[in-house]
Amino acid sequence: MASRVDRGPVATWWWTVDRWYLAAFLSLMVLGVVLSFAASPAVAERIGLDSFHFVERQIMFMIPALIAMIGVSFLSARNVRRLALLILAGSLLLMLAALFIGVEVKGARRWVALAGVSVQPSEFMKPAFVIICAWLFAEHRRQPEIPGNLFAMILLVLVLALLVAQPDLGQTMLVAGTWGVMFFMAGMPWIWILLLGALGIAGALAAYTVFPHVAGRIDRFLTGEGDTFQVDTGREAIIRGGWWGQGPGEGTVKRILPDSHTDFIFSVAAEEFGIVLCFVVVALFAFIVLKGLRFALREEDDFTRFAVSGLVILMGFQSVINMSVNLQLMPAKGMTLPFISYGGSSLVAMAISMGMVLALTTRRPERRKTSDYVFPPRILPAE
Amino acid sequence: MKRWLKAGIARTKPHAEAQGIVVEGRRKANGGRSRVFITMAVFFGIYATITGRLVYLGMQEPETGQFFGGGRMAASRPDILDRNGQVLATDIKSASLFAEPRRIVDPDEAVELLSTVLPSLDYEQTYRKLTSGSGFAWLKREITPRQQNEILQLGIPGIGFRPEKRRFYPGGPTASHILGLVNIDNEGIAGMEKYVDGQGLADLRATGLVSASSLAPVNLSIDLRVQHIVRDEIATAMERYHAIAAGAVVLNVNTGEIMAMASVPDFDPNNPFNAHEKDRLNRMSAGVYEMGSTVKSFTTAMVLDAGKATLTSSYDASRPLSMGRFTIRDFHGKGRVLTVPEVFIYSSNIASARMAMDVGIAGHREFLHRLGLLDRMQTELPEVASPTEPKEWKQLNSITISFGHGFATTPLQTAVAAAALMNGGKLIPPTFLPRTQAEADEVAVQVLNPRTTMDMRYLYRLNAEKGSGKRAEVPGYRVGGKTGTAEKVVNGRYAKDKRFNAFLAAFPIENPQYVVLSVIDEPKPEKPGMGATAGSNAAPIVANIIRRSAPLLGVKPEFGHESGALLVSN
Repeated sequence: MASRVDRGPVATWWWTVDRWYLAAFLSLMVLGVVLSFAASPAVAERIGLDSFHFVERQIMFMIPALIAMIGVSFLSARNVRRLALLILAGSLLLMLAALFIGVEVKGARRWVALAGVSVQPSEFMKPAFVIICAWLFAEHRRQPEIPGNLFAMILLVLVLALLVAQPDLGQTMLVAGTWGVMFFMAGMPWIWILLLGALGIAGALAAYTVFPHVAGRIDRFLTGEGDTFQVDTGREAIIRGGWWGQGPGEGTVKRILPDSHTDFIFSVAAEEFGIVLCFVVVALFAFIVLKGLRFALREEDDFTRFAVSGLVILMGFQSVINMSVNLQLMPAKGMTLPFISYGGSSLVAMAISMGMVLALTTRRPERRKTSDYVFPPRILPAE
Repeated sequence: MKRWLKAGIARTKPHAEAQGIVVEGRRKANGGRSRVFITMAVFFGIYATITGRLVYLGMQEPETGQFFGGGRMAASRPDILDRNGQVLATDIKSASLFAEPRRIVDPDEAVELLSTVLPSLDYEQTYRKLTSGSGFAWLKREITPRQQNEILQLGIPGIGFRPEKRRFYPGGPTASHILGLVNIDNEGIAGMEKYVDGQGLADLRATGLVSASSLAPVNLSIDLRVQHIVRDEIATAMERYHAIAAGAVVLNVNTGEIMAMASVPDFDPNNPFNAHEKDRLNRMSAGVYEMGSTVKSFTTAMVLDAGKATLTSSYDASRPLSMGRFTIRDFHGKGRVLTVPEVFIYSSNIASARMAMDVGIAGHREFLHRLGLLDRMQTELPEVASPTEPKEWKQLNSITISFGHGFATTPLQTAVAAAALMNGGKLIPPTFLPRTQAEADEVAVQVLNPRTTMDMRYLYRLNAEKGSGKRAEVPGYRVGGKTGTAEKVVNGRYAKDKRFNAFLAAFPIENPQYVVLSVIDEPKPEKPGMGATAGSNAAPIVANIIRRSAPLLGVKPEFGHESGALLVSN
């Protein structure tokens, strides 16, 4: 291992990077590969591909993802911002292009073919959007005359418009929610909270009335009537798995779960490896989110605080929605489980965003001081 | 590292110098921190809820008795019988052999013993399965009772059987298109099997109430004996006339019951490896064709029913009819004015066109609509195609449709409409289930004047005696019918050498009981030099079917007065 006196970039990285985080991300990636062996062969066979097609691709995507995560984690905060700006501009352009030249899959235009690889630009947009918003909020706090909050709002509207146009209601919900929490943490006035809350409810009601499939899903969740095959099967898988699972390769319900390798991989994990493994997965995500927020609690620099908390909240929301759907805690909504579900774009984008988290949470000397230490209460002026 | 250090120092300084500002900033920052704390609490709550839900699901007992995914047990289905109680489809029990590799004591011995009973067992593969240490592995699905017995006698530990149901069709391909198919889970996916499922069986099964003994068998209107004759005849004809396909239907004109219906090429439902090939569709109900001159029956009936003509009216067929850039000619042109019976037996296109012109476009369309020839037929069989007609009916469309070109319909539908021409003018929806006369009267719709029926019977008989249907004659059974020789559309043009022939017949003609329709797709001359028109191939199919099946259908032959046309009073 690198020596402590070595001041090269790798050694510096190794001694400053948050190794707990690194370990958590790597464990999720490994779990993703292991679970893809369980979940994807059935789907691949059903659609006439080689049994291990998705497994191979998951492993193949793991390589660029790993490189991206480690690579990004070397960046300084300033370079993270630069990278985010670049990615945001690129992905917004591609999302716009996808509306016109994109491939239509199941009625939505989300994918563009880039150099022979089909890419979902909205996945890459999410972390970049979070970073840029964090920067805008931080700038506004530092110098209130900069209309950072206004810019962040405009950016949000732009992104949401592009997502609704695809249409991709899941991502819309995710981005809006993450933005809302970030704004909340950045000191959003209570009147704004009420206003945006009302707007959010109005938006949800609008989605209920405008999109019949949304209404159908919510009705089905509330009444339990109609076609709840996928959700019921997912639940059946979890129950059949029990505490310790049926054992690797012993799952049978997974064979009839249509999206077993993406949206319902959590259920497959439960059937084969048991609820105990699900606890591990939940614990990993909770650890990542809570640790990120705890970091935000202590961090002095506003940009870093907002960026880290925004990124972990984004991941947290995504994991929460996915697991809740699997556990029938909320209406069915297609959402991938970060790092674990199959999907090249989502995997690489998630790796980039967690690389950013690593880059922003590296130990730096200025963080050692706590406010209490520098400004002990007793030296506060009396008046 | 150095840079960060510097930045840290640089930032500390102004803070220390201007404490008032710092305090303000700190207060604000604290506000922000409490919000972070709220967010943390919310996320902690959500993850705790998820964990709680997992614990709750962990406490649930899995439902037992049901095998999911690959192990689902095939469900029971009712037997399907023909109208006389002959079995058309039934469930047979079979056993499937599985192993619990964890409990296998000696895999080597197990494989060797098993292969004495099942020589086709792959040694390597089975050995791998048995040594895998997993909890369950199929070794062979659906083995015979004898094999099961022999394996039981081997006494191998860790091996078991799971009972399975398998659908069996004793008649093989005889009624394949009517019966349809079931999938591996014994659920109906085509034909009457699918219809039976749609009648609540699927729901019943979901509640777990279904056992083999509780299911009443389903009777069909089909007569297995007649069905066999029909399939036999069309299969023979397809070979004899070197055709690509053939089909026929026998329909009870008074009740709408389908007594037999077959289409070849077909498939064996016991081994339906080729059932989904495009060529093997049920041409009688799921294929649409331009029916050619058989449609002239409807054109003639239309003009008679509308009162625009009587049997004694005449139409000028002396010259070809020019219509824009098209010219309508006759195949068996007489070059003179023809009476209505002559129009029918010489199958004059020109005169048929004039009939349609007499009735008008709207009236023509309305008439075909009334006979159900333009709408998707309603029956139990799921495989029913929708007829096609021109988007907009112009004069030329009406003219070509009058002699059977420019609109396509299913052969079964044509037979049903023809039944209305024969039975006194009642359109009765066809059925594959038994139906009494009273039930038929309830669903029947009077679409024609009974008088028209009398005329049509006369014309059908006349055509069989003097016209193109001579080869459909069966001594004693007084067959009447109309031929149709349609050129097929290939790449948007009518091909001279590719034909679709049909013969639409009814017997006994003075009071028809059954309509028999045969179709034959792309027949070639039986021997070089012979014709390939409907009169030379489709008509003999009908004759053979009637000759062989009429006694079974309960129609008594009458010999002595062979001139049926004379019996029909005018």
